[in-house]
Amino acid sequence: MTEHTMSVLVENKPGVLARVAGLFSRRGFNIHSLAVGPTENPDISRMTIVVAVDELPLEQVTKQLNKLINVIKIVELEPAMAVQRELLLVKVRADTTVRSQVLETVTLFRAKVVDVSPEALTIEATGTADKIEALLRMLEPFGIREMAQSGMVAMGRGPRAITASPLR
Amino acid sequence: MTTVTPKDMPIPTQLPKPAPPVGAPVRMTGAQALVRSLEALGCEAVFGIPGGTILPAYDPLLDSTKVRHVLVRHEQGAGHAATGYAQATGRVGVCMATSGPGATNLVTPLADAHMDSVPVVAITGQQTRALIGTDAFQEADITGITIPITKHNMLVKDPAEIPRAIAEAFHLASTGRPGPVLVDIPKDVLQEMTSFVWPPELQLPGYRPTTRPHGKQIREAARLIATARRPVLYVGGGVIKARATAALRELAELTGAPVVTTLMARGAFPDSHPQHVGMPGMHGTVAAVAAMQRSDLLVTLGARFDDRVTGQLSSFAPDAAVVHADIDPAEISKNRRADVPIVGDCAEVISELIIAVAAEFESGRPDLAPWWQQLRNWQQTFPLGYDRPTDGMLAPQFVIERIGALVGPDAIYTAGVGQHQMWAAQFIRYEKPGSWINSGGLGTMGFAVPAAMGAKLGRPDVAVWAIDGDGSFQMTNQELATCAIENIPIKVAVINNGSLGMVRQWQTLFYSERYSQTDLGTHSRIPDFVKLGEALGCVGLRCEAEADVDKVITQAMEIDDQPVVIDFVVGKDAQVWPMVAAGTGNSHIMSARDIRPLFDEDGS
Repeated sequence: MTEHTMSVLVENKPGVLARVAGLFSRRGFNIHSLAVGPTENPDISRMTIVVAVDELPLEQVTKQLNKLINVIKIVELEPAMAVQRELLLVKVRADTTVRSQVLETVTLFRAKVVDVSPEALTIEATGTADKIEALLRMLEPFGIREMAQSGMVAMGRGPRAITASPLR
Repeated sequence: MTTVTPKDMPIPTQLPKPAPPVGAPVRMTGAQALVRSLEALGCEAVFGIPGGTILPAYDPLLDSTKVRHVLVRHEQGAGHAATGYAQATGRVGVCMATSGPGATNLVTPLADAHMDSVPVVAITGQQTRALIGTDAFQEADITGITIPITKHNMLVKDPAEIPRAIAEAFHLASTGRPGPVLVDIPKDVLQEMTSFVWPPELQLPGYRPTTRPHGKQIREAARLIATARRPVLYVGGGVIKARATAALRELAELTGAPVVTTLMARGAFPDSHPQHVGMPGMHGTVAAVAAMQRSDLLVTLGARFDDRVTGQLSSFAPDAAVVHADIDPAEISKNRRADVPIVGDCAEVISELIIAVAAEFESGRPDLAPWWQQLRNWQQTFPLGYDRPTDGMLAPQFVIERIGALVGPDAIYTAGVGQHQMWAAQFIRYEKPGSWINSGGLGTMGFAVPAAMGAKLGRPDVAVWAIDGDGSFQMTNQELATCAIENIPIKVAVINNGSLGMVRQWQTLFYSERYSQTDLGTHSRIPDFVKLGEALGCVGLRCEAEADVDKVITQAMEIDDQPVVIDFVVGKDAQVWPMVAAGTGNSHIMSARDIRPLFDEDGS
């Protein structure tokens, strides 16, 4: 099974997320990550869904998604042809003895400190799943107190936009 | 960046012709707007039951001269009646219920209509907007509940949106692959004043069903048809929904290929036609099952490779190439991989296939004589048949066969689910589309009576017979009261074998004749179906001897001012044959217990 990233444009209406999520569970497909947010058009939301399925089930899940009336368009993004990002907020134990080492790691990963207290730092990082994972591995020895991570958002490279085609 | 959506190359369907504009916006309540919308969409019948939250809608309904409301006894009856109406007329069937239990009672018929792709619109009342989400009295999240069993559903939160919601519901239900749509309307939205404007503008940017097939795929399919030696036209319910039966006949006669009609497609191709080899599947004819199993080309038209047709999928039709035409792209290659996928409306697909196949045939056509020789051999060796019970009881198959023979192909037959349904599919000869209405996908016991009621209301000029089982009948017979009071004179033939026959048959075959919980006691006349029928305002008749069967059927046919219930007391040991046991391959079809024609033929 391989991972596939799908950008799904949906009508910005209540309950659409439930329809999409329900379809995946009902048909036995696992969602690895899901992110929803607004687009340049207030009537349309964009979902980025990462699933691990083989080619044939992927075709089936795409067709089933397309049958949802509120789904407007589905595009599969090839990893090589797309920018993919996740957001991480992580609270790391960092008292005076280790603080400089933590800050060094933050700089190395081009992450940011967004909150400081005597015992801990809160760090913000964006990047691919690999980068986020590597950062977490480096921070682990200091003691991770809490973390929150977003689903992946992605966009195709180049000048074309998937929303460009007229909807009607 | 790969675009995987087939929605990128759609040929949009025509929007339904909106009713003539009624001029300037008119002030009225949401409830009045609802009734006006139904009228404008040509809705002539609504099956339903009022209750707290839907009450506002029932007030203007009292004044409507165009919409007839039929007060049913249970909301499940309303849903199946809407389905029966839709299947009999080809129009959208409409049902209405109040919030909470009224709405949840629609769940089974909606799931049923979803599985069988029937255009149904359900309108439900909902608690007032302020109370939604507070577990208020008779509140149920019916839009949440019905997401997986409707084509679409919506909660209307603004009275101004009612006309558009209803118009969209009708459009979605009846176009593309038909299906049920539920519209949930809070009580205060029905009560609030609004401006009614007609026609509304549909806002469905994500809905663009493909109806016109791709020319290249059609030519590829025609090329395969022109070279196949053992082709089969595998016809499903989509051909009836697309009103493509005349075109199908033309295609069949052009190709000379055998035709099989699935449970949902009985009547799509005349049973009397020499090219018809019967129904495929678990209880199909040996000839139909064998034809598909040995075929080198399945031309699949509006069918979906259901497990009851394919048996064990991995051993199904092992040598066949597959042309699969369906209006729903998700059906194609879902179960069986299609070699030639065709997305489109069956009417357009078939008429384009006729042209393409005719062109291919100009350079020669395959000799199907050896194939037909084999088919005729199967038909002659393993015809549909049945034995008379040894205990002297009536044979259920005989009763059903006689009903079909005496009532004829112009009538509409509905069925419940179980042995009687299979016998009705096997032993009644269907010649016309829409003459057979049953619950194929969901297998809903209790479907027959309310579906017959809906069918008869939609086609009052046609005789409607519900072939029911004693088990199925006891699930929904309360709608006979509706039929009696609303003057909907259907006939109900209860094939009373005293038990849950199909389950009993499986217990006989697969559970060492241990009959756990399948004896219904109906042979001891609890209930007495004659008295029950009479209590519900029907004429009750009983028949227990073969000599009386024709007489009783004729007697029932002569009554047209009242519903009729006939208790046909039949033997309990009759079984449905042929049979492919669940989970086994179609090559293991048994024409009778332990007789496997194809398996034996293989010598394997």
